[in-house]
Amino acid sequence: MATPEHLLKDWDGFALGAVLTSFEKTEEWIHSDNNSFTYSVADWRVEKPVFNEEHCIHCQFCWIYCPDTSIISKDKKFSHIDYDHCKGCGICAHVCPTNPKSLLMYSERVAEDSALANWPKKEKKAGEENS
Amino acid sequence: MELENRMVWDGNTAASQAMRQAQIDVVAAYPITPSTPIVQNYSQYAADGEINGGEFVMVESEHAAMSACVGAAAAGGRVATATSSQGFALMVEVLYQASGMRLPIVLNVVNRALASPLNIHGDHSDMYLGLLSGWLNICAFNPQEAYDMNLCAFKIAEDMSVRLPVMVHQDGFLTSHTSEVVHPMADNVAYGFIGEYKSYNPMLDFSKPVTYGAQTEEEWHFEHKANQNAAIMNASGVIANVFAEFEKLTGRKYKFIETYQMEDAEEAIVVMGSAVGTTRLTVDRLRKEGRKVGVVAIRVLRPFPKDELAAILKNLKSVAVLDRNAPMGTTGVLFNDVCAVMLDNSICIPALNYTYGLGGRDTTLEHLTKVYADLQECTKAGKRVKPLIQHINLRGKELSFFDAK
Repeated sequence: MATPEHLLKDWDGFALGAVLTSFEKTEEWIHSDNNSFTYSVADWRVEKPVFNEEHCIHCQFCWIYCPDTSIISKDKKFSHIDYDHCKGCGICAHVCPTNPKSLLMYSERVAEDSALANWPKKEKKAGEENS
Repeated sequence: MELENRMVWDGNTAASQAMRQAQIDVVAAYPITPSTPIVQNYSQYAADGEINGGEFVMVESEHAAMSACVGAAAAGGRVATATSSQGFALMVEVLYQASGMRLPIVLNVVNRALASPLNIHGDHSDMYLGLLSGWLNICAFNPQEAYDMNLCAFKIAEDMSVRLPVMVHQDGFLTSHTSEVVHPMADNVAYGFIGEYKSYNPMLDFSKPVTYGAQTEEEWHFEHKANQNAAIMNASGVIANVFAEFEKLTGRKYKFIETYQMEDAEEAIVVMGSAVGTTRLTVDRLRKEGRKVGVVAIRVLRPFPKDELAAILKNLKSVAVLDRNAPMGTTGVLFNDVCAVMLDNSICIPALNYTYGLGGRDTTLEHLTKVYADLQECTKAGKRVKPLIQHINLRGKELSFFDAK
């Protein structure tokens, strides 16, 4: 997304050295305008991760590996994906250890309920008998 | 450290003693000739417990040295280092980072030629290489000035309305390794002059997290660089105040441009570095013969003191500008700066450009006497009757460019 008009300051209107402050009020976690917390980069993404709660074991691999802090966990359990900051790199789906995966990449155009309805079945390991 | 009122110091010792007195938080440095003794002396002060708890960081290159300086300055400390020539060239990328982030680092540049061919001696190739990097540039012509300008540099750089890094230049060997009498201040007086370091948006203030080194694309970058350029232009007021305060404390008066015998001068040489002293001696000799000649020495190279220079040049009949750097396809940088001032102020006099002293080549009274003789011919003719670009003390048949028309 382009920089919002109200953030485009004049040449003499910003802090020295292009320094950006993260918070308006640090203690209250009120982010400043130039913090990326309030800035959506969703349009950088071509593919999105979709989460399937049914298979998740809350191992937190995706949370650890996400390079953009876009996997949000609460109380050591997967909570949701921050789609404003996720850039669709696919690392979360790649590291997900469950069978079938709890995170899979889909085109931006695929609706979430459609993705979940057609979720892959458990894959058999080599030599595993049909039960 | 106890110092006598008069010390015999070379330029490197003078600079390192000023750094010690400044109570720097972090010096990250990588030694290179001829600035090595600055780093070496400072590491000795550190080993002897003379740097008041500061950090001396040995790094693996000059790129790393300036990078560590940037980090330490952004963290919120007083920072300085020293380098020369190839080391300076390796620092260049990070010099732009330091100035763009408005970090008030002091860099001693002991001027030396740039390879190739390899040469360890003094010329202004490294100084010129850094002129677009957004630092303030101050020139010292002897060890006393190397000491004085270092102390002033911290105070100028750290002023809240400036917050820009400052280079202090001195000529390799001719200044850095030549011992002269230097009048230092007592440690507490020198530190008192600079004052305690005041941090601005320090990264180590965890109550106010900040980002240094943000990316700015086409909708931002221009505004930031214009802001930085304005800060350099507007630093003149602070520089003048610091020089005035320094004079009050020491009696030593510094100006943006140091003039010598310019009150009634008709011909002048504009020059920087250790050649300033030689040019003044040449003027002393020529004045005895009745010649009205003077010297214009640039102390503050960036911001370039355009108004001051115009006032100094306005009554001249001809002028020569000496560049200690091969201009490589045009006229010298200093010449171009001087000519821009003359054009803007309608000072229409013959102007000559000389390339001199490359790689430590001697420039003597005789050579400079010849320059003043060239100027005299131009003055008499009322126009430029010599080539635009000449070379001083170059072996071989005359090499010059752009003959008089």
